[in-house]
Amino acid sequence: MVNPAQEPQGVAPKAPPVDAIWEALRQVMDPEIPVLSVVDLGIITGVEVSPDQSVIVRMTPTFAGCPAIRLMEKQVGEAVEQLGYTQVQVETDFSVTWNSNRISDHGREIIRHFGLAPPPKHNGEPDLDRLKHTECPYCASANTTLKTPFGPTLCRSMHYCFDCLQAFEQFKPV
Amino acid sequence: MNIPHKSFPIDDAHREPLRHLLTALADDHLILGHRHSEWTGLGPILEEDIAFSSIAQDQMGHALGFYSLLHEHLDAPDPDIHAFTRQETDFSCCQLVEWPIGDYDFSLTRHLFFDLAAGLRMETLSLSNFKPLAQLATKIRGEVKYHMFHAKTMVSQLGKSSDETARARMQTAINRQFGLALGMFEPRVGEQLLDEANIAPIESKWRDRWLEALNAVLDGTGLHIPDPERIEPVYGGRRGYHTEYLQPLLNEMTEVFRLDPQAEW
Repeated sequence: MVNPAQEPQGVAPKAPPVDAIWEALRQVMDPEIPVLSVVDLGIITGVEVSPDQSVIVRMTPTFAGCPAIRLMEKQVGEAVEQLGYTQVQVETDFSVTWNSNRISDHGREIIRHFGLAPPPKHNGEPDLDRLKHTECPYCASANTTLKTPFGPTLCRSMHYCFDCLQAFEQFKPV
Repeated sequence: MNIPHKSFPIDDAHREPLRHLLTALADDHLILGHRHSEWTGLGPILEEDIAFSSIAQDQMGHALGFYSLLHEHLDAPDPDIHAFTRQETDFSCCQLVEWPIGDYDFSLTRHLFFDLAAGLRMETLSLSNFKPLAQLATKIRGEVKYHMFHAKTMVSQLGKSSDETARARMQTAINRQFGLALGMFEPRVGEQLLDEANIAPIESKWRDRWLEALNAVLDGTGLHIPDPERIEPVYGGRRGYHTEYLQPLLNEMTEVFRLDPQAEW
């Protein structure tokens, strides 16, 4: 609880430091989809700034075996350090489980522009049978087939569109 | 991974049983992941090459997760050291995962048997009273769902195939490794204690659910399991008794690591 009597008077309100950090993290991209930020991907689960100006950023991986996680930890740390913080800790754990619903609406648009079908939203348990009729990111047709539920990265599946005759990939619902 | 050392309280009586459970899970995933990776570049079709390679990569991630829990909560060494420097007799993987990849029918059937069990294990463990394990299991569960989706699709296609040879090969692969598959459920040291504490069930409970689920998967495919009462489970792996296939695999797996164990990657 803050005692209102102790609040400084007449000082212009400044953006809280946590907001500035989130903003900086929007510049850190997923190395496998280099236009999608770690914030839009939904892997940042918390940002804390202590009174002594030390920062903790919490992350959760998309897949347990994601090979890009160490690189992203490093880049996240550097992005915060560029704001002038010297004590920055990036912690990755499973206390918050990533799922594809954590990808922002903006992130879904970016994924589509990148040429991947974005993952459909689900109620906790994705229905994998829907993968068989994933909407084509090029022509929006649902006349498609699943080639394999795996792909060039752990988070993608491979499909084929019978209408525009294109192979395409989907960011898998998890 | 920069994982914080948050120690979760573990009752002294549960430490050893928990160590057995986590080591079995970690070693199973490490060894089978390594076996699956042997399909990279050799899959019968490109999609299967990619599928087995991806599942292998997932399983390395799962193994890392279990080794990390051992390191953070049960005084085991760093995951790399733990995975790559132990003697064969210190491994507690079941013998099923050690066998060479054989033909595609053998590897596909093993993938079905293993991931069906892994899915059931993770489902139960996601509710474990040992919270760090529950969190990891929740994560792994979503990934194993894709493994099962893949295994079911391929097994069903081959089982229903109009090619008699395809069906016969699948049925033979099931019969040949059924005893090895039952060996996944070898009783663990202290499993009763963990069951009572709602940390993890005893293996026979998982085996019964696995048999039920396996029958459901094979229903309508024309494939069937042998009578489990008549098949001797292949035990020993959990106690360090392994096939002649494990040591050569460990030699190969650790070859680069042993050149310079302190190397920074």
